[in-house]
Amino acid sequence: MTLTTQEQTAQVVDLITVVIDGFEVSVPKGTLVIRAAEKLGIQIPRFCDHPLLDPVGACRQCLVDIEINGRAFPKPQASCTIPVEPGMIVKTQLTSPVAEKAQKGNMEFLLINHPLDCPVCDKGGECPLQNQAMSNGRADSRFDGTKRTFEKPINISSQVLLDRERCILCARCTRFSDQIAADPFITLNERGALQQVGIYENQPFESYFSGNTVQICPVGALTGASYRFRARPFDLVSTPSACEHCASGCSLRTDVRRSKTLRRLAGDDPEVNEEWNCDKGRWAFKYVTAPDRLTHPMVRDASGELQVASWPEAIAAAANGLRGKRAGVLVGGRVTVEDAYGYSKFARVALGTNDIDFRARISSDEEREFLAAKAVGSKTSNADIDRADFVLLVGFETEEESPIVFLRIHKQVRKRGLKVTAIASKLSIGNEKLKANFISVAPGTEAEAIAKQELTAQSVILVGERASESAGALSAVVALADRTGAKVAWIPRRAGERGALEAGAIGNVLPGGRPVTDAAARADVSAVWGVEKLPTEIGLSSEDIFAAVNSDQIHALVVGGIDPRDSGNNAAAIKALKSAFVVSLEIRPSEVTKIADVVLPVAAVPEKSGSFMNWEGRSRSFEVAVPDSLNRSDVRILSMISEELARPIGITSVKSAAKEFASFGDWDGERAPFAAVPPIEQIKINPDQARLTSWRRLLDESSLQEGEDNLAGTARKSVVVISTKRATALGVADGDSVRVSNEHGAIVLPVLIEAIHDDAVWLPRNSRGSHVLATLGVASGSLVTVVKD
Amino acid sequence: MAENHEVERTYRDLGLVAVPTEPVTTEGARSFPKQMKGFWVTFKTMFKKVNTVEYPDVKEPTAPRFHGRHQLNRHPDGLEKCIGCELCAWACPADAIYVEGESNTEEHRMSPGERYGKVYQINYLRCIFCGMCIEACPTRALTMTNEYELADDSRSKLIFEKADLLAPLRDGMLMPPHPMYPNMDDTNYYKGDVLGFHPSQEVQK
Repeated sequence: MTLTTQEQTAQVVDLITVVIDGFEVSVPKGTLVIRAAEKLGIQIPRFCDHPLLDPVGACRQCLVDIEINGRAFPKPQASCTIPVEPGMIVKTQLTSPVAEKAQKGNMEFLLINHPLDCPVCDKGGECPLQNQAMSNGRADSRFDGTKRTFEKPINISSQVLLDRERCILCARCTRFSDQIAADPFITLNERGALQQVGIYENQPFESYFSGNTVQICPVGALTGASYRFRARPFDLVSTPSACEHCASGCSLRTDVRRSKTLRRLAGDDPEVNEEWNCDKGRWAFKYVTAPDRLTHPMVRDASGELQVASWPEAIAAAANGLRGKRAGVLVGGRVTVEDAYGYSKFARVALGTNDIDFRARISSDEEREFLAAKAVGSKTSNADIDRADFVLLVGFETEEESPIVFLRIHKQVRKRGLKVTAIASKLSIGNEKLKANFISVAPGTEAEAIAKQELTAQSVILVGERASESAGALSAVVALADRTGAKVAWIPRRAGERGALEAGAIGNVLPGGRPVTDAAARADVSAVWGVEKLPTEIGLSSEDIFAAVNSDQIHALVVGGIDPRDSGNNAAAIKALKSAFVVSLEIRPSEVTKIADVVLPVAAVPEKSGSFMNWEGRSRSFEVAVPDSLNRSDVRILSMISEELARPIGITSVKSAAKEFASFGDWDGERAPFAAVPPIEQIKINPDQARLTSWRRLLDESSLQEGEDNLAGTARKSVVVISTKRATALGVADGDSVRVSNEHGAIVLPVLIEAIHDDAVWLPRNSRGSHVLATLGVASGSLVTVVKD
Repeated sequence: MAENHEVERTYRDLGLVAVPTEPVTTEGARSFPKQMKGFWVTFKTMFKKVNTVEYPDVKEPTAPRFHGRHQLNRHPDGLEKCIGCELCAWACPADAIYVEGESNTEEHRMSPGERYGKVYQINYLRCIFCGMCIEACPTRALTMTNEYELADDSRSKLIFEKADLLAPLRDGMLMPPHPMYPNMDDTNYYKGDVLGFHPSQEVQK
């Protein structure tokens, strides 16, 4: 069972020795009897007990005989609620006939109303109730009445089904929702035999963490709609894996039946995700088996049509197009460390350029300098959050952009009242749940507010990727950290960005955080790579690469998994992709596929091995979960192209890429310099104008969530958020239609009046009916017109 | 003999003593009366009732409990008894059964209750006819017939699909999908309360 970091490193001062079944064991003060027994390898049956939830003693299955200093409790006691005490002698079902009889009797009670559903129940075969009824229950039942029945199953959200007949009222789900996720949307209603888990009438169970309740349910009362009747445990081949969705880096378990992923469960990693994950990580995996997956290489013919080609043909076509041209490399933020390293080496060795950038989103040169100077090699970790006295959030919505960081912070908020300060334009649901001190700023003026913060050396500043959207914000963060000694962590939204940064898939950094401009750093790298010289100039950023293509300086692009519509200037990005020779490495057809000259299919995460680096810089390696896929990792394909170009990068497998990257080690020299950037002076705005602010919601219309309708059903509704003052000025109330527009386009959505800066208007960045970048061409800080529709 | 010597040497190498062997001696031809005695058995048998049958022209019934091809049974109103629980696949020692379950909906109901078997395959190249699947089946959906003629000319033909295994529709049965008998639930079906289809089931179909 899980012990968290805190518990592991807890001061072992007060050890209490107790005797359980005749064996002595010494455990820290406050340890529960059931946990002390576990330490001896004695398993007491239980349902409601969970090491990460508060004890409740609801199921009564863990009854044991206890005596303290010779005085015995008159009746068996629930070992999951009683902490050890000096002189305690515990007799479990193994040595006490009384405890054994009590447990068997309790099991009989639990089974009175439990239906004989096992053959049709998804939990059958991996059910704690089934297992413990066999190990600690009576062989037969003495109950011959009629069992209580309920309508079954009912949807408590589009992705979680509740079968109330099966529920044994352990309250694990309600405690999880309340204590861990801070989404108390389900409760135990009614009394006696009719007691049941229920949702509020007007508030559905739309929690980002609802999938965990399915995983911890000890019976089949809560099941996932997507996995319903799909398989039995013995059908599945389970592979430990890492989540590809965000930079939290959860460890997962992927269950595959006949080459098809059927479900994913949260893995147990106390240092990262404990035993939880978010619904996106759990359920968004259907994109891998989408019918439109790219399976064959394709080359655009003379008439402009993509034609299926053989691998040697396609590799030759890619090499011919790239040969002798100045080329740029756009990696995308979803690559593994090994693939990013492949792109990094490919750009420098095969193409002889530093024009490489993994940031397929709005980015700035200030951010790039920040990454090279401060983020690369950063050792700030989850443990620092656990110890922090203050957490400052800048350009970062924990719950939407890195949900496990939210759970980490929330745990400390709940446990010891950790103080959280959020600098943002809109108060989010997540920050409300963290009881954060919300510092409302107009979009673009974050720097000013950051500079005013008072922190200590124990504080942690969590900077999101959206900090790059406000000029001067990162400079202010660096200044604040230098002034107070607070730790800084950069938490990007995508899973591959930190790894790509460490692998040098950016214009100013070589692998291992070595600055491009440092001759000693270049010497290190050229020694490992066995090349004479490396490009010495700092390369172009992704926005500049598009601009250089459009000004006819760059003529070819090697493009990984990016969407040009995510770019800060997507008209320029699409124009550049149309005019350049484009080699696209993709898993599914995208905007790039439509205009690429050579399309090379690559493996999706379950089909390959590799590793991600989460925001802490912690390696999250995973093995192949679907072993019979023919798709290969990007690095293998880049290696083939480089051989065709006669400048081989010589990494033909993920393993060799990992080995070569590991051989670099940490850079012990100077980091790249960071030059502070001043914030831009904000001009006064007209009353009908507002500054746009937006972020992506966890569940939205991103391409990795396609094909999973049950998940999409719990996405938060798309709304325009404005302040009370603006609402009064516009004469609108909650739910009225409001139109947000600029010269590119307009978005019309129902309005929601919330805590937001008076100058700002908020839109979800990529949700249903609100594709901010594609429609408005801007995302945050820009002026838009807000009128009643 | 050469081999024998080698064996002996090996035994000695191992410190063992070879078992003494004797040469086999064959007797000469038997006497005529003795031969007649032997042939008498053959002669006598010519007048006995013949035990063999002219299969495949003539087919004898099997023993009543002979383990033959499987059958997926139906409830008396035609709904399938199989609930796709995979317990047969679980019990199968030869891994010959493949099942995929699916939800019953009001519009598309194949069996009483929540779940039915969408895919049901038995691989008769693997099946050893042990009958463990029959024992495991919680709804008596899977039973075995006496049909034993399971030979074919390709491997794929010997993987029987659900359509090959389903029992035929008898009198009083309707081809699913169709709704359950009015005012009956899955428990009534298992108890045998449903004896045939109700007109409303046909109309609603």
